[in-house]
Amino acid sequence: MPENSAISLKNIHKSFGDLEVLKGIDLQAHEHDVISIIGSSGSGKSTFLRCINLLETPTEGEIWITGEKLALSRGKSGDLESADHKQLAHLRSRVGFVFQNFNLWPHKTLIENVIEGPTQVLGQSKDQAVAYAEELLAKVGLSERKDFYPSQLSGGQQQRVAIARTLAMDPQVLLFDEPTSALDPELVGEVLGVMRDLACEGRTMLIVTHEMAFAREVSNKIMFLHQGQVEEFGSPEQVFENPTSERCREFLSTIY
Amino acid sequence: MDFEVIVQYFPRLLQGAITTIELVVVSGIIGSLLALPIGLARHSHRLWLKAIPYAYIFFFRGTPLLVQIFLVYYGIAQFESIRESSLWPYLREPYWCAIIAFSLNTAAYTAEILRGALGAVPRGEVEAAKSIGMRKVQLYKRIMLPRALGMIMPAYGNEVILMLKGSALASTITLLDLTGMARTIIARTYTPIEIFLAAGVIYLLMSMVIIQLFRILEQRSNRHMEVAR
Amino acid sequence: MFDLRGFGDQLLQGAAITIELAMASLVVGLILGTLAATARLSDNKVAQKIATLYSNVIRGIPELLTVLIIYFGTANLLMAIARQFGYDEYIEIGPFTAGVIALGLTFGAYASEVLRGAIIAIPKGQREAGLSIGMSPVKIFFRIILPQVWKLALPGLGNLFLVLLKDTALVSVVGLHDIMMKTREAVSYSKEPFLFYSAAAFLYLSLTIVSMIFIHYMEKRTNRWGGRA
Repeated sequence: MPENSAISLKNIHKSFGDLEVLKGIDLQAHEHDVISIIGSSGSGKSTFLRCINLLETPTEGEIWITGEKLALSRGKSGDLESADHKQLAHLRSRVGFVFQNFNLWPHKTLIENVIEGPTQVLGQSKDQAVAYAEELLAKVGLSERKDFYPSQLSGGQQQRVAIARTLAMDPQVLLFDEPTSALDPELVGEVLGVMRDLACEGRTMLIVTHEMAFAREVSNKIMFLHQGQVEEFGSPEQVFENPTSERCREFLSTIY
Repeated sequence: MDFEVIVQYFPRLLQGAITTIELVVVSGIIGSLLALPIGLARHSHRLWLKAIPYAYIFFFRGTPLLVQIFLVYYGIAQFESIRESSLWPYLREPYWCAIIAFSLNTAAYTAEILRGALGAVPRGEVEAAKSIGMRKVQLYKRIMLPRALGMIMPAYGNEVILMLKGSALASTITLLDLTGMARTIIARTYTPIEIFLAAGVIYLLMSMVIIQLFRILEQRSNRHMEVAR
Repeated sequence: MFDLRGFGDQLLQGAAITIELAMASLVVGLILGTLAATARLSDNKVAQKIATLYSNVIRGIPELLTVLIIYFGTANLLMAIARQFGYDEYIEIGPFTAGVIALGLTFGAYASEVLRGAIIAIPKGQREAGLSIGMSPVKIFFRIILPQVWKLALPGLGNLFLVLLKDTALVSVVGLHDIMMKTREAVSYSKEPFLFYSAAAFLYLSLTIVSMIFIHYMEKRTNRWGGRA
C-alpha cells in the first residue's frame, strides 16, 4: 500500500529521445529503510533517483511521497510534468536531495546556505533557523566555518554542508545521488561517516552509490539496476553473497 | 599644435564632459531598470514571453544608435498626437530625447548580458534550490538573480564604456556634451586637431576611471568566489 | 516595393555606399588588426608598446570622435606637411576616405584583441609538432597556426563586423551620402521623419541579417573538421 510507504514508485519509465533509460521500475521504501541503488554507469540509477523529486521528468509512472500522490500531467515534451507546482514544491521540501557535485550556492556563506530553505520555503524565523543550522553544522563537524564561503572548503567539507542544508528542511526521506563520486579518495570517509550516523538515527534513505562496502554495511535493502531494469533486489547478504542474476554476479565480481 | 587654445577652452570642455557623464549615468540607471524585466522575459522558456523582448533586443542591437536617436528626436515629432500631448515639452528637448534613446539602447544590450548570465548559472545550483522546494519567484530572487548579477560585472563594465562612447552622438542633435562642446569650440577657433585631441584625452580618462571602478566592483562582488578557482 | 514617396532608389543608393564603406573598412581593419596582434605577440618591446597603445586609445574614445579627428585632422596634417614642401593649396580628404581610415582603425583595434586571444589559444605543442617534423616557422605560421586562428577568431570578428556596419552611419556626420544622409535628405523634402528613419532602420536591420547569415555560413564552413572552439 503506497499510503504507508515513505516513498512508493510505480512503473517508472524514462526515455531520452529514442533511448529508453528506465524500463518500468517499482520501488517501495518504508520508514527507516536504507536502500542502496547500485549498478554500472549508464544503468539509469541516477536518473531513477532524480525522477523521485521530478528533477527528471519520467515518461510514465506514479510517484507517492509520504502517502501523497504527486499530481502529474503530460507536458509538451511528452514527459509527465507536475500538474500542481505548489504541491511539487511542498513535496520536494519533504524530500532531501544530496547531489554528486554538492551544488552549494557560492554567493552565500555556509550558514546562509543552510538557513535558505527553512527561512524561504518553510517560513521559519531567522533566529530559529540559525539556531538549528548551527546545530546541524556542528553535527557535520563544521560549526567553526559557518561564515566561510563554499569555495573556501574542500570537496568533502562542501558535501557535509550540503547534507546539513538538506537536513535543515527536516525531510522525511533523504536521497543521495553518488555523494562521494566527485571527491578525492581521502575525503570520501568523512562524508560516509556523516551518512552512517544518519542511517543509525533511523532516517529513511535512498542512496545511489559505487561504495559497495558502505552500501553493504548501512543498507537493509539493495537494488541492482541493469539497463534500466531491476535485476536484483533484496537484503545485502542476499544480493552480495547469493545474487540470483548472472549480471549482478558479473557486476560484483568486477567491483571486488 | 596650439596648446594655448586647449588651455583657454579647457573649462568649456570639462563642462561638456559633465553633460556626458550626466547622460551616461541617467540613461545607465534607466536602462538597467528596463533591462531587468526584459532580460528575465528573454530568459523564459515560454515562446510568447520571449518573442517581444527578442524583437526589442534585435532592433536595438541591429540598427545604428544614430538612427535610434533621430527616430526619437525627429521621428516622433511627426505625430500630431505627440506634439499635443503633455509630454511634448520633454519630448522636444534634445536632452530628454538623448536620454530616451540611450536608455532604450543600453537596456537592450544589458538585457542580453543578463540573459547570458542567467543561462550561465550552473544547473546544479538551480536543482539544489528546486530540491528544497523553492518556487519560481524565490528561485529567481534568491539564487538566479544574485548569481547572475555577480557574473555580469565585467560585461556590464564594457557596456558602460560603449555607452560613454555612444553618448558622443548626443552632439548630432545639438546637445553640448563633450563632443558637442568640442565641435562648437572648433567652429569658432578652427583648431580641430587640438580641441578634438583634448576631448579624446578626456574620454580616455573617463574610460579608464570606468574600467577601474568596475574592476573594484567585480572584486567586491566576487570576493568569496575567487579563492578556489 | 521600396518606393517611399520616390525616395526608395536614393535610399538604396545610400545602402550601396554603406556596404562599400563597410567592406573597405573591413579590409583595412583586418590588416591593421593582424599587424597589431602580431606586434603585441612579438619579442619586440617597442612594437608591443605601440600596438597596445593603439588598441587601448582607439577603444577608449568615441567612434564619432575618431571619424571627426580623421576627417578634419588628416587634411590639416597633410597641409602642414605639404607646406614644408612649399605647397600652399587647400587639401581635403573626402568623407569616404576618412570613413575608411577611421572605421578601419576602430575595427583593427578591437580585432587585434580577438586575434591575439585566438593565437594564444592555440596549444604550444602544435608549433613544436611542426618544428619536430622540420617545418620552418613561417610555414608553421601559415599552414598550422593561421587556419586555426581564423576559425577561433571568426565568431569575434563576425560580431565586430556587425558593429562596424552600424558605425558606418557615423560617417554621414561628415557628409558621406550613405543611408543616413540620403534619409536626412528625404526627410527634409517630405517632412516625414518617422517614416524615413524607420525605413533607414529597416535597411540597417536587413544588412545586419544578411551579414549574420553570411557569418553563420562562414563559421559552418570553417567548422567542417570539428573540434572545440
